[in-house]
Amino acid sequence: MPFRAGLEAVLIPLAALIFSMVLFGAVISLVGVDPLAVYALIYKGAFGTWFSWQNTLRQTAPLLLTALCVALPAQLGLVVIGGEGALVLGGLAAVAIALAVEGAPPVFVQFSMMLVGMTVGGLWIALAGVLRHYRGVNETISSLLLFYIAVAIMNHLVEGIMRDPASLNKPSTRHIGDANMIGAIPGMDVHWGLVFGVVACIVVYILIFHTTIGFSFRVVGGNLRAAKMAGLPVGRLIVISCFIAGGAAGLAGVFEIAAVHGQANASLIAKYGFTGILVAFIARHNPLAIIPVALLLGGIEASGGLLQRRLDLPDATKLVLQGIAFVVILASEALFGRIRFFQARPA
Amino acid sequence: MSSAIGIDIVGMTKRFGPLVALDHVTLKVAPGRVHALLGENGAGKSTLVKCVIGYYQADQGDLFLAGQRRKMLSPRDAHAVGIGMVYQHFTLVPNMTVAENLVMARASVPFKINWRREREKIDSFLQKTPFGVRLDDPVTDLAAGEKQKVEILKQLYLERRFLILDEPTSVLTPGEADEVLGILKDMATNGDITVLMITHKLREVSAFAERVAVLRSGRLVGEGDVSDLDVHDMASMMIGSRTLPTPVDREARAFPPTTSRQGLQIRGLSADDDAGAKALREVDLTVQAGEIVGIAGVSGNGQRELVETLAGQRNASGGKILVHGETYQATRREMAAKGVFCLPEEPLRNACVPAMSVAENLSLRAFDRRPLAWRQWWLRKGAIRQMARQQIARYNIKPPIPEMPIASLSGGNVQRAVLARELAPEVTLLVVANPCFGLDIVAVAEVRRALLEARNRGVSVLLVSEDLDEILELSDRVVVMFNGKLVYETPIEDADLAVIGRRMAGH
Ligand SMILES: Nc1ncnc2c1ncn2[C@@H]1O[C@H](COP(=O)(O)OP(=O)(O)OP(=O)(O)O)[C@@H](O)[C@H]1O
Ligand SMILES: [Mg+2]
Repeated sequence: MPFRAGLEAVLIPLAALIFSMVLFGAVISLVGVDPLAVYALIYKGAFGTWFSWQNTLRQTAPLLLTALCVALPAQLGLVVIGGEGALVLGGLAAVAIALAVEGAPPVFVQFSMMLVGMTVGGLWIALAGVLRHYRGVNETISSLLLFYIAVAIMNHLVEGIMRDPASLNKPSTRHIGDANMIGAIPGMDVHWGLVFGVVACIVVYILIFHTTIGFSFRVVGGNLRAAKMAGLPVGRLIVISCFIAGGAAGLAGVFEIAAVHGQANASLIAKYGFTGILVAFIARHNPLAIIPVALLLGGIEASGGLLQRRLDLPDATKLVLQGIAFVVILASEALFGRIRFFQARPA
Repeated sequence: MSSAIGIDIVGMTKRFGPLVALDHVTLKVAPGRVHALLGENGAGKSTLVKCVIGYYQADQGDLFLAGQRRKMLSPRDAHAVGIGMVYQHFTLVPNMTVAENLVMARASVPFKINWRREREKIDSFLQKTPFGVRLDDPVTDLAAGEKQKVEILKQLYLERRFLILDEPTSVLTPGEADEVLGILKDMATNGDITVLMITHKLREVSAFAERVAVLRSGRLVGEGDVSDLDVHDMASMMIGSRTLPTPVDREARAFPPTTSRQGLQIRGLSADDDAGAKALREVDLTVQAGEIVGIAGVSGNGQRELVETLAGQRNASGGKILVHGETYQATRREMAAKGVFCLPEEPLRNACVPAMSVAENLSLRAFDRRPLAWRQWWLRKGAIRQMARQQIARYNIKPPIPEMPIASLSGGNVQRAVLARELAPEVTLLVVANPCFGLDIVAVAEVRRALLEARNRGVSVLLVSEDLDEILELSDRVVVMFNGKLVYETPIEDADLAVIGRRMAGH
């Protein structure tokens, strides 16, 4: 990528983010709180201490994976926003398989959880791909509806046959057992999901830009007519990309279960799938750019608690910031190619 | 009607990165005349007029209007002083009527449109122009020539007095082109408008333009009165010291014994158009190895659907396609195994990924095979770049930068890139649609030569073209398509222009 174009891809989203922080500050001052204090607190809660760094990284892990669920189909021109559904079902499937093979060696249980969780998540989003290609159903709508169905399925099972009778006021499944839990990365209080997420981003980047199937994805996304003329199996490519994407979100669900909650219940629906959409859009669907962006938004997520405690701001404050950022980022897309500085100039 | 205006372009320079697209171009465009702008593909013609209209900002140089310096920061500034542009592709809203398109094009459309008053205005405006168009027809129903007339009419209705036309006739038949250009010339002679038109067709320049200017590699290399120049002079100004490729002869057909003689067989093929109406009606056609079959016809009679079905972009609703005697379903594997290639019209829209690089676009056919891929799944970027360098050199694609997004190439250079890709050595069946649209004279000669060479090698070529001269020059057999059917067929030796013309009109 030419230098100026690269700069454009970094600076425009960055400027948009800063602009949304300013807007957010304006909203905050309307509530009568000093925006500078809020910024300082966000920084402190996100990156101020080793403790908050770990907090941030724990939030980052699922965001990396759910952002991939958006960024990969985006290469084919698809806007998939239902990653949360794949996350929920992936997590639920992980619990189911862990309980089914109870007593097996932990490594085997953990491996099965990942395999099954990713497969179920993958199939869930692939369904949106199938509907899109073979029935012409808009994938944005269908993936969103599939999220609601996923939640209904989870509630049905968690309150029904999978319910642990001992869970009284918060219906939950049985715990998968402490031995089967995936532990923390040595030296920090952050689970292995972070490493898997970073590796997944790198792998997907390589997939998109260095393999023939990634090339096919980009051709389909860039011009469907040219893809057909080249004889590319468009339908199959759509379904495959959705399957991989759903697999990533499903893996996020597996870690939520196997590294955080240990059992499936309403806490599984933490909306990482939706924040992941924001991450992917700010990263302009570039898997490597997802890594720093997920860190940034993970930090904002992590600082929510501090804002609540210190300034008595509602937990929804961070949603306000995310909402503003999302709108501003989408609007800033229109700036690409319009700013003269970034256009090629005499060398 | 207000009177024509002229412009002076002085020392205009435009660079795209290291590339100098315009190099101190100074050109006087006097009012009330038809000016032609000539030049090879990538010479900078479009860039020059885009700088005039304010679509690009020139790096240096000035624009004078009636002696006054003007800065065009956007096309809106140019419109405000009466400069308008007609693009090569149509900009009309297809499912609105002609009248609606005219009203909606105005810079300020009122919130509530008083259609009766508008209608009266348009009617009285039409009286003053020599264009005969039906105001209530939806634009979709119009032929290409009529659409182009409406585009021009729209400019006049918006009171533009300086019209820039970028290859306005490339989508028109010679008859349509003559009509449109004739009207423009008369209006210019009347002093109503000034016309600056870009074209590759020297015949049109001789017939309709008064002044001609020639660009080569961004520089103005010649200008003069058309009356002083013949086609030959203009051609040599354009290409400089380069020479036109010598035409090849159509050799007597010698069939290579290994290929089956029936290259392409189409049996009862039907297909629908985008709106779901029948566009192809049980077409039967055979193209033998080493034969060029030309399909003549007025555009919109099913040619596009035929090409798209063969290219794999459209599903057939009935019938079948056989290639070398076997059923063909336009899968990637079949294309590669059987050597089926395609050169569709509007290559940037049909055969390229605009945002991807020239190198990536050149590898669209073979990226998943050796030598461009390792084990069918790993892209060998080095090999891709090297292949692209070779093709760029061989087909003289400019600028020679493999990493450049293909959308930033000039129209003719996009066409060359697709040509380079589709004329692969392994081709045995080539489906071609209007291959010379937008190409300069050198490139036209090269393309025709390449097609004949392919034929002489034993390739089956199906040539769909709206240019009858091209069909007559290249084909071994001519077929006429009308209303989705093949209605007439003749070997080239017996081809009679009058009969073909009548069959094209449906008689
Ligand atoms: N937006 C752009 N970015 C980079 N290079 C460009 C851009 N637009 C044009 N060019 C380059 O400038 C040169 C002149 O292009 P231009 O479109 O003016 O050619 P042209 O004379 O109109 O050719 P054609 O007959 O093929 O339409 C070409 O080499 C082209 O690749
Ligand atoms: Mg041009």
